Amino acid sequence: MTHVFLGMPAAGQGNLHASEPFPQAAHHELGNTQLRANLRHATHTIRDKRLKVVGELPDWEELRDAGEAIKNFSMATLEQRLEEFERNFTAAGGTIHWARDAAEANEIVTALIREQQVAEVVKVKSMATQEIGLNEHLEAQGIDAYETDLAELIVQLGHDKPSHILVPAIHRNRTEVRDIFLREMPEVDPELTDDPPRLAEAARRHLRKKFLTAKVAISGANFALADTGTLGVVESEGNGRMCLTLPETLITVMGIEKVLPSWRDLEVFMQLLPRSSTGERMNPYSSLWTGVTPGDGPQNVHLILLDNGRTRALSDRVARSALNCIRCSACMNVCPVYERTGGHAYGSTYPGPIGAILSPLLTGIEAEENNSLPYASSLCGACYEACPVKINIPEILVHLRAEDVDSRRGQARLPSQMDLLMKGGSWALGSGKHLGLLEKALPLGQLAAGRRKKIKKLPGIAAGWTASRDIPAPPSKSFRDQWNAEKRSQ
Amino acid sequence: MRIALFATCIVDAMYPDTAHATVKILRRLGHEVIFPENQACCGQMHINSGYMPEALPVVENHISAFDTEGYDVAVAPSGSCVASVRHQHGFLADRLGRPDLKERAARVGARTYELSQLLTDVLGITDAAAELGSYFPQSITYHPSCHGMRSLKLEDRQLNLLKSVAGITVNELPEADQCCGFGGTFSIKNSEVSSAMLEDKVKNICSTNASLCAGGDASCLMHIGGGLSRSGAKPTTLHLANILASTKDEVFLP
Repeated sequence: MTHVFLGMPAAGQGNLHASEPFPQAAHHELGNTQLRANLRHATHTIRDKRLKVVGELPDWEELRDAGEAIKNFSMATLEQRLEEFERNFTAAGGTIHWARDAAEANEIVTALIREQQVAEVVKVKSMATQEIGLNEHLEAQGIDAYETDLAELIVQLGHDKPSHILVPAIHRNRTEVRDIFLREMPEVDPELTDDPPRLAEAARRHLRKKFLTAKVAISGANFALADTGTLGVVESEGNGRMCLTLPETLITVMGIEKVLPSWRDLEVFMQLLPRSSTGERMNPYSSLWTGVTPGDGPQNVHLILLDNGRTRALSDRVARSALNCIRCSACMNVCPVYERTGGHAYGSTYPGPIGAILSPLLTGIEAEENNSLPYASSLCGACYEACPVKINIPEILVHLRAEDVDSRRGQARLPSQMDLLMKGGSWALGSGKHLGLLEKALPLGQLAAGRRKKIKKLPGIAAGWTASRDIPAPPSKSFRDQWNAEKRSQ
Repeated sequence: MRIALFATCIVDAMYPDTAHATVKILRRLGHEVIFPENQACCGQMHINSGYMPEALPVVENHISAFDTEGYDVAVAPSGSCVASVRHQHGFLADRLGRPDLKERAARVGARTYELSQLLTDVLGITDAAAELGSYFPQSITYHPSCHGMRSLKLEDRQLNLLKSVAGITVNELPEADQCCGFGGTFSIKNSEVSSAMLEDKVKNICSTNASLCAGGDASCLMHIGGGLSRSGAKPTTLHLANILASTKDEVFLP
């Protein structure tokens, strides 16, 4: 087979960008001690829960292998899977729309809402609509979109941004939530406490009217099953079920990578997803719909299939497995970097380790500050170990770092300190002779360390190291020298 | 057995004691140790920083130094460098379109072992006191470095060897599986996040009341030790090779 290069597919747009370099963004977030305490508590709780339920399954590793294999097959045959899905969904009375990017998807959704002559819609929590900035777009068009997931509601009422893909208000504690409700919910009980059941009750009362009056609902989807033309949403609160069944019109926005070959594949993913995301054996509500069922549920059913950079990511042979992500959030829950900085530091809708690879893959490494994201990891590997579909995130991070470095090679500019360090290092570490020569200077290091035998301050980029760490005085002779001296004396 | 020592660049330049300790342990078991002279570094710093063409001469040098008939197995007192030799060299060769190098990398990787891996899996050592004469009369805690734990899947190999040393007390480290924040150039590029991770590691080590923190990777230990030293905490760090090499006749004093 010959390959014909058709040009780089279009880059993703919308809320996929870091607007400032990660280290700077992290600096602001690290200063927020309340945030760090909230995040530490939340991530550690969910880590423990996940480990417990994953440990219950003797075939967990086999399930991960199966999840990876199914996803790889889906991605390798994406055209056929999508066309098969389109045929089956359309035959069941649904309507498919194809959107190249965020702007196209937003326009299609707006037109569909306008057709129903309403100015209010209810929403099921969805990453795809966050990614394309649908709420902001609708607001500009004079349409109010009400988030119905409790945490999304907290974020929306707090005029805030989500910081986690599963628990978007993870950066808030319950006292902060109470304060937001008191400030933003018109009919709230002024005696509201920060007791979780009372907070949930307040949200329920606030949302109930919306559920019962809304004519249009907007959702995302966790899965699309090609062989039956079925869409699925899994959730915990029941708000999704209300949105998916009560309104007359249901508009779903879904990334093209969510398609699975077969109904049977749910066996694997319904075990992997809840355990990896909320640390539960099964999520409370799983809703599946296949087009329109006459007289039952929404009668006007649409699906917008969104590319927005996915084809671009698929064309990257090393990194395409990032598209296998099922948005469980296990990687961010176990990530030591995410635990300290929270999700806002990543700028994009997708934070944490998966965001650090997915955002630059969708937009291209050179978009805004997204080239700083692949460096937001110590490469500890906790994400890879937790990923239910075995995305080798550390390897893709390294690959994207190389893309970043290579993207800057042609530019006319002075080499950075890192460039010089790496060039020098390439010579010094490229042979035993060179390294041996350099090691003759170890006594200079001893001199710098002085009587305390510690180096406390280094210049340039190395100052970052000595900001919080000493360097011990080096030995006077390297092992290499000592070994050779020993050999000579024999 | 003829064992090639891959000292690693950081141990060669900064911690020669640890390389000597590794040699001592292996000689004590009756093995011959050689030091391939042209060795320098595994190239991990370059690879992990995204400088692939610059990594190539470093990786090629390592492979030519170790792709020889002159030894049976190679050993390094580092999980991270062995993980790089085993997993990253092939990745780099693939990326730079060098199938010849990939083949040689696989040959070297297949017979390169991390120290506890060699001792446990190849040499069958289960009791350091009985079989190596290890004696170390101090209380320690133990940090399992990420690449050894996750990439090489060392599991309890290092800890089990440490626990079997005579005279030692091993205090459990809370949140031991959490990264210390080193991550090579991560500690420079994202210095503040790295420091925040280190701060928690230092706190956890101090909470054990151990007099030192042992581990299997000199780079992580230098990072943790640097944080302990800066915060004025009492504990220091020490490589497990130094502890295993310590005997009643020649107690290692950190």
